[in-house]
Amino acid sequence: MIRQDFRTIADWVPVGAKVLDLGCGDGNLLKHLQDTKQTHAYGVELSDANVLACVQNGVNVIQRDLEAGLAEFANDSFDYVVLSQTLQAMHHTEAILREMLRVAHAGIVTFPNFGYWKNRLQVIRGHMPVSADIPYQWYDTPNVHLCTMHDFEALCAKLDIRICERVVMTAGKRVHFMQNLTGSLAVYRFERN
Amino acid sequence: MQSASSTQNMVVAAQTAHFDIPLTLKSGAVLDSYDLVYETYGTLNADASNAILVCHALSGNHHVAGVYAPDDKKPGWWDNMVGAGKPIDTDRFFVIGLNNLGGCHGSTGPKSINPATGHAYGAAFPLVTVEDWVASQARLADRLGIRQFAAIMGGSLGGMQVLHWSIAHPERVRHCLVIAAAPKLTAQNIAFNDVARQAILTDPDFHGGDYYQHDTYPRRGLRLARMLGHITYLSDDVMGSKFGRILRQGGFNYGYDVDFEIESYLRYQGDKFADSFDANTYLLMTKALDYFDPTHTDPEAGLSAALAPAQAAFLVISFTTDWRFAPERSREIVKALLDNGQQVSYAEIVSKHGHDAFLMLDAHYHALVRAYMERVSG
Repeated sequence: MIRQDFRTIADWVPVGAKVLDLGCGDGNLLKHLQDTKQTHAYGVELSDANVLACVQNGVNVIQRDLEAGLAEFANDSFDYVVLSQTLQAMHHTEAILREMLRVAHAGIVTFPNFGYWKNRLQVIRGHMPVSADIPYQWYDTPNVHLCTMHDFEALCAKLDIRICERVVMTAGKRVHFMQNLTGSLAVYRFERN
Repeated sequence: MQSASSTQNMVVAAQTAHFDIPLTLKSGAVLDSYDLVYETYGTLNADASNAILVCHALSGNHHVAGVYAPDDKKPGWWDNMVGAGKPIDTDRFFVIGLNNLGGCHGSTGPKSINPATGHAYGAAFPLVTVEDWVASQARLADRLGIRQFAAIMGGSLGGMQVLHWSIAHPERVRHCLVIAAAPKLTAQNIAFNDVARQAILTDPDFHGGDYYQHDTYPRRGLRLARMLGHITYLSDDVMGSKFGRILRQGGFNYGYDVDFEIESYLRYQGDKFADSFDANTYLLMTKALDYFDPTHTDPEAGLSAALAPAQAAFLVISFTTDWRFAPERSREIVKALLDNGQQVSYAEIVSKHGHDAFLMLDAHYHALVRAYMERVSG
């Protein structure tokens, strides 16, 4: 079963594209892209267990800390750079977005939408939200920079990033109405302005 | 081709291949004929597509894995990596280890008899380079009927040979495993090598390299060279945790005999090595290390251009506390391959063992190699 956001990403990535997947986890997205789109792809991952999983998955992986940037990767060397469900766990948020658009003309980002109504409800009730897309307790979470869709779009405007397309989903199904309230996961495709 | 059987304690035997076609070396010197000593493990399949070449480092040799007799206590130098059911699984792969030219374990080298004179080559043995080794390894592959290696692997100086294979014979290697290596040595690294060489060259028993005729041996020099080398192969951390300031006899002796455990350890390592290695080979191997530089002919173009001809997929591995061949140096190789859009994976193994880590048993490191080998055989 392929994650819904992976399907959306795969829809956007053209056949044979050069793709870099940042925080690629076990390499499942890369493998999916390789199998369905014959991409020429690499993943970047920090955890030993995930690097091993990527090698087991037969995908190229480079072990490196994203917080330190993407020094090994040359300008404009990819068609797409993907940052899937990793943005919210990064300390250097602006730096990684800039780095993404340095090594590729276009980027794809997915993140849990903090503005989703169930998250808001939990905050109104006096608690930090815990949900399918934010499955962590506040005291034990890799997430340091949670944001809403409005927040992300404001940052893109500040960094002169043009948002090309946006898909929002809840429990794997697309939502279209009042997305910042009804969507739990946001998927963005963007380019350098 | 059948060789060592796949048992837990694989009993192996070395073989010798003699070559009569002269080999012109990078230096311009010519070796008219030479021997290469090698071992093989596992079985070459019908289409000769499962062969793996293991390239050795500074002090290595052809005895990569297995033992010479059932009661032999000392297995080959990479026995934890190569064997039945091991990461390089000899039940699936046909693995070749050889002693490089200039070595002192059976392949033609400085201590071999020069057919032209009837004496040991000594100082007359030409300097051989990584490029020369690869050329001679390719001839051995021809002899064994191997058109293309499934993989070529090596650590340290061995990794440099792997790099050169990928450039010099791109169509002959499908996968490269480059471990604890560097694209070329830094000034600091060359400096260490030269101190080691000076220790040998200034030993009164060296006799300009012709000590065999004088029935002597520059043992003190080789011992010092190895002691120095050994320091650089360990991390500060591991030396500290293993030896610290522990005293051999519980107190100071107020003299120059062994006070600290580390002194005792290094002297022991130096002695052991000096008894089993040839000083001329040590000189030659360190010089091969210093000379290797794929960008040598066109420094402007850089490493990416040098590696551009490679068709193989790469697995590059480094170790966090290795300061002799630091992770940064492996990342240079990775960057060059990425610049070219070549297939590469890179792992940085957390280890306290410094450069020596590549020879050690480490669950994660070995799991990675094992997983990669699935791709090699698949």
